[in-house]
Amino acid sequence: MTEITPFLKKLMEMPGLSGYETPVSEAIAEVWRPLVDEIEISKIGSLHGLRRGTAPEPRPRILISCHMDAIGLMVTAVQDGLLRLTEVGGVDPRILPGQQVTVHGREDLPGVIVLPPDRLLPVESRGKPIDIGRLYVDVALSPAEVSEKVRPGDLVSFATTPVELPGGAISGHTLDNRASVAALTQCLQELQHVRHAWDVYAVASTQEEETLGGGFTSPFSIRPQIAVAVDVTFAKGPGVNDHRGYPLGKGPTLGYGPNVHPAVHKAIKELAEKLDIPFAVEVMPRHSGTDAYAMQIVAEGIPTMVIGIPLRYMHTPVEMVSLKDISRAGHLLAEFIARLEPDFVQQIRWDDEEKKGS
Amino acid sequence: MKPAPVIGADQIALLEKLCNAVAVSGDEGEVRSIVLEEIKPIADECHVDALGNVLAVRKARQPNALKVMLAGHMDEVGFMLVDESEGGLYSFEMVGGIDVRHLPGKPVLVGRSHTAGIIGARPIHLTTAEEREHTIPLDALRIDVGPEGKAKVGDRATFATRFKQVGPSLVGKALDNRLGVATIIELFKNAPENIEFQAAFTVQEEVGLRGAKVAGYAFNPDMAFVLDSTPAIDLPMWDDSENTQYNTKLDAGPAIYITDSSTLSDPRLIRHLAETGEACGIPFQFRQPGGGGTDAGSIHRVRAGVPSVSISVPGRYAHTAVLVSRLSDWQNTVSLMYEALARLTPLTAER
Repeated sequence: MTEITPFLKKLMEMPGLSGYETPVSEAIAEVWRPLVDEIEISKIGSLHGLRRGTAPEPRPRILISCHMDAIGLMVTAVQDGLLRLTEVGGVDPRILPGQQVTVHGREDLPGVIVLPPDRLLPVESRGKPIDIGRLYVDVALSPAEVSEKVRPGDLVSFATTPVELPGGAISGHTLDNRASVAALTQCLQELQHVRHAWDVYAVASTQEEETLGGGFTSPFSIRPQIAVAVDVTFAKGPGVNDHRGYPLGKGPTLGYGPNVHPAVHKAIKELAEKLDIPFAVEVMPRHSGTDAYAMQIVAEGIPTMVIGIPLRYMHTPVEMVSLKDISRAGHLLAEFIARLEPDFVQQIRWDDEEKKGS
Repeated sequence: MKPAPVIGADQIALLEKLCNAVAVSGDEGEVRSIVLEEIKPIADECHVDALGNVLAVRKARQPNALKVMLAGHMDEVGFMLVDESEGGLYSFEMVGGIDVRHLPGKPVLVGRSHTAGIIGARPIHLTTAEEREHTIPLDALRIDVGPEGKAKVGDRATFATRFKQVGPSLVGKALDNRLGVATIIELFKNAPENIEFQAAFTVQEEVGLRGAKVAGYAFNPDMAFVLDSTPAIDLPMWDDSENTQYNTKLDAGPAIYITDSSTLSDPRLIRHLAETGEACGIPFQFRQPGGGGTDAGSIHRVRAGVPSVSISVPGRYAHTAVLVSRLSDWQNTVSLMYEALARLTPLTAER
């Protein structure tokens, strides 16, 4: 059985920026293959693993989606041996100066993001945050070598090394959302020992950070009766002290709002209470900021749920999560799946609705 | 005369060890231990003074030799933890000059045990466009050592960058001034016989050139050479106009100081270095006269005065998490200094 923490560290270090997920997808597939009955790659690169359930055909299906794509940067120009940049996904340019990165050119090159010294900037910009268009990457090679090895469109990944911290925390880049991939992997491992009625589709989706591309397309081909997005959410900590943050290490969050079907929310919440798995209800007044936002409106519509793993410093190269929260999220998913009765679909209804089939 | 020492795998391995060590001003012990291990066996005299400077001497092998001081600071810029809040979070202040814009999103090493910590930032999702127009202030940042991490107020911290060699370059934190330290160690191991070699590995340069002042007094040298790292700002101007404020350039050899904000270099020593470079075919450059300062700022004013000059390995991105220097510039610094020392005569200081 794959140990989750080393697997997560490996995933964090795999390149796989939005639209270019193949390296990380292969690493996930390697671990999922023995845990599922079928595995395939969707037309836009999402990984679909199917574990068949035991209910008679036509079996209901649950889809668990974790996006595997990472935020990062892209080369826009090569100038005097230095690389100009744009962002892939949401990046605050104020966290970029001095970051170590890997430039995926003709070969992988280590580099550092450079804040131009003030004397090279217009007077009004000195001491201020500098737009991404004025930053650049230095790969410490001669300009001739750089021109040979790098061209516009090459991807740039963050290169911080994953580090475990006392108290069961882990920090590094791309915990958003490889932490959830780790949770789903744990769920698949737990399901090895359990009979479950429903078909389980484990999905590592693509392009969430840019277009929700995987979130729209995988549910269309799978057509699940329930779709759950597992993604990171804001943990309380420096810079996040209001209701939008949830405590780190105190359990996953259960999303509640227009992007979540209340019946699915209720079922998972009651199960967490019964199993004494700590959790917080995450109120989501609008967009959940996850694949669920896309999944909910695929085809004729799908009942959705969002499970969050609290994470500090989101979209920086030093994101931090609690390993316990990953494990709790994975365990809760597995328990929920194991308990899904073949007719649970009938219970996914609105409070004000006539009971289905009656 | 023996040829100048060559920088090979052993020297680079020592530089790596020096760069990965943590020695924020006032807490230089880790680098000091490495320095002592390297030089004590070959020093004629060696001691650690009241501030923590390492002062070591190799005697001349001829009479009436000049006493020549070579100084390089061991300390690096960093942080000190100043307040603790619940759950492994610490407020911190700068030790030495660091641009606050370089802090968000960095792994750091805390305390003597190199405890892992990170400096995060508010998620972009929760920031406003207005907020993003302002630098994240120091008081909004914390060093986070994990929910049960062990650190204490007063601990030093610095960037967690690991040294690496990349193509023609040396990449790491604290190349300012482990390059100077490594240069002096190499020269000390290959000390020319014509001079009394006074090596000062100094403390607290980054907080006011303080170690060098007492080191200069203690040695009472005939002249001093300060080995340091100086910014190479050989990068494009925002409007692509000619960059006339580059300070120094990579690949152009060691940078000889004419003047900075704390020192007017001794013209005889400037001339001696330049003539040595020309005679030996060693490339060198003059650092553009301007701001900045080195230990020479303290040393040239001790006692009745000490003729002093600084010579630096150029490096990009000083006082940030990652510096970039060229191996060739380091080699040429070692070569130029070695040849210049070997050619020193009492006349050098009298012309």
